[in-house]
Amino acid sequence: MKSRAVLLLAVLAMIVAGCGSGTSDDESDLPTEVGEGEGSVVIVAWAGYIERGETDPAYDWVTDFEADTGCMVEVKTAGTSDEMVALMTGSTEYDLVTASGDSSLRLIAGGSVQEVNIELIPSWDTIDERLQNAEWHTVDGKHYGTPYSSGFNVLGYNTEVFGDAPPDSWSVVFEETVLPDGQSNAGRVQAYDGPIYIADAALYLKATQPDLGIEDPYQLNEDQYQAALELLRQQRELVGRYWHDAFIQIDDFTNEGVAASSTWPFQTNVLQFAGEPIDKVVPVEGATGWADTTMLATNAPHPNCAYMWMEHSLNPKLQGDLAAWFGTVPAVPAACEGNELLGPDGCANNGAEDFDEILFWKTPTDDCNGTAEPGSCVPYYRWTTDYLAVIGGR
Amino acid sequence: MTDASSRQPALHRISTYLHKRPRLRLLLLLALPVVWLVGVYGGSLVSLLLQSFFRLNPFSGVLERVISLDTWRTLFTAANNAVIMRTVGMATAVTVASVILAFPLAYYMARYAGPRVKAILVLAVLVPLWSSYLVRVYSWKLILAADGIINWFVERLGLEGALQALLGAPVIGGPSLSISLFGQFLVFVYIWLPYMILPIHASLERVPRSLLEASADLGARPAFTFRKVTWPMAIPGVAAGSIFTFSLTLGDYIIPTIIGDSSPFIGLAIYSYQGVAGNLPLAAAFSFIPIAVMAVYLTVVRRFGAFEAL
Repeated sequence: MKSRAVLLLAVLAMIVAGCGSGTSDDESDLPTEVGEGEGSVVIVAWAGYIERGETDPAYDWVTDFEADTGCMVEVKTAGTSDEMVALMTGSTEYDLVTASGDSSLRLIAGGSVQEVNIELIPSWDTIDERLQNAEWHTVDGKHYGTPYSSGFNVLGYNTEVFGDAPPDSWSVVFEETVLPDGQSNAGRVQAYDGPIYIADAALYLKATQPDLGIEDPYQLNEDQYQAALELLRQQRELVGRYWHDAFIQIDDFTNEGVAASSTWPFQTNVLQFAGEPIDKVVPVEGATGWADTTMLATNAPHPNCAYMWMEHSLNPKLQGDLAAWFGTVPAVPAACEGNELLGPDGCANNGAEDFDEILFWKTPTDDCNGTAEPGSCVPYYRWTTDYLAVIGGR
Repeated sequence: MTDASSRQPALHRISTYLHKRPRLRLLLLLALPVVWLVGVYGGSLVSLLLQSFFRLNPFSGVLERVISLDTWRTLFTAANNAVIMRTVGMATAVTVASVILAFPLAYYMARYAGPRVKAILVLAVLVPLWSSYLVRVYSWKLILAADGIINWFVERLGLEGALQALLGAPVIGGPSLSISLFGQFLVFVYIWLPYMILPIHASLERVPRSLLEASADLGARPAFTFRKVTWPMAIPGVAAGSIFTFSLTLGDYIIPTIIGDSSPFIGLAIYSYQGVAGNLPLAAAFSFIPIAVMAVYLTVVRRFGAFEAL
């Protein structure tokens, strides 16, 4: 009897879930007010994204929230975007997820996250206008979350190698060349080991080979895609090691004589702080970046607390502290002013002034993100297979 | 009188009951390990095998639960074959090097070392296993780095030429030791060596001294005795150790991310097909490569009596 009831519930849940994604244009689904808190909120987040002062007492943006709202924050850390997608798929235990642009559209398409009523988030208007309607969390004019944080993949370089001729193009990591210190760049450059890096190659080709007609480096047709892979195979000859872990790369800049590499401001900030001769630049071709969004789960068990957290996540103090902690750019520009941990130049150091030159991560889909017939663009799963082959020297 | 005596016969009856039924006894005894091995272990392997017959829709990349051979066909591309060859090649090289390094030490421990020295040596072999694997791999990254300890010594000794020649070699070379296949090989050997020393030591301990004396009495020179008596009796230990070093290298996916030139190994390929790409069928199919390699390997070493020395 009991098992039959469970089965019935499961079937019902599936029907409801199916309807939820099918009739998502139904406006009446949206809550109209934030009710009483449910006592807790469960967030799937990147490591270090939700700090409660346990690592460093100065970095705490949870304790106050819990005291004010009575919503106890529980964090489930995820290591990769795909882990996040896996955790959120069909979940009934998580309320929120801090999804990056390479997973947010997958979460929306898979029906794992639901539309958010931005009327219920008073701080929405304080968000950087360029992020408010960003296409990695906005589909058909509907918002599926609140922007949380973003960072850029800048070009880091060794100032002793480049002297008074700092690089201004990604060519130093893609083409074999003699660097200002008189030695070749072969074996002295690095590249990111995630398949999304194919977009970095496409971005470079967009500037250097206009004939290919690349517009969006995340939506590549077969020819453009093959050209990007060709460039990456050429790069394989120059790259000693691909970087994956920020701290391993910091070590490689320090001990392996890496001259130039795509990197995050986080690494260059740490290296500069340690007195290493490393600086960073957004090259003329522009750069890719990642922007994370706090998204609301379709079956969130604590929706009221979730709305309260989304509002809380946009307050300037938290945004500034987070940017200082992670080397990122806040989603709320006001956070750049007067934050003790971030300092007066914190936002600029993390790259805020280069915002307009950044193309943020999106998941490549076979219908070019809804702009073309299915099969027009190369989907993400092929990016993975092929990039693995490139790193393997094929 | 009431409690103890009424329970005693009950226990007695159970034990008599079981005593008369040896099959039931065996079944009860083995129930837990069988559930574990067949259910948990075998079951997940079967589900893995089933997964590998699903496929990704070639356009959308969405998982289709349709039985097909498409995934297995995409497994044997040139790129994946290179991954397999690289991994098996490394596992073989690491195993051979481990035998060469481990044998003399194990021989010394079993034959010549006194009880005190032997205890110290066994401890020295085991102590590294007590510290975190990750800490040891990261330390090796620093040791092998371009600005690391080894390079410092090489410079002091004026051997830069030799090191450059090594790093200039095709395939195994690279910009520095820590970014070369050779450096990766060194770290693999370091990490797995204890698993080779211990079984060889155990098998050499079992060679009776009297056999060696008999061989000498019959006029055999030491080299001949080694070839005809010691080595054949040590082979099970070598084979057992090689199972460890070979399979551990075959499955490792941490060392290749930290040391070496980022060329993917089987474990890394599975990890990124499963994790990054969400291509579960291909990851599942790939998982059967090390299983197949190990099945062949175990069949071969079984002939050398490896299972007798485990």
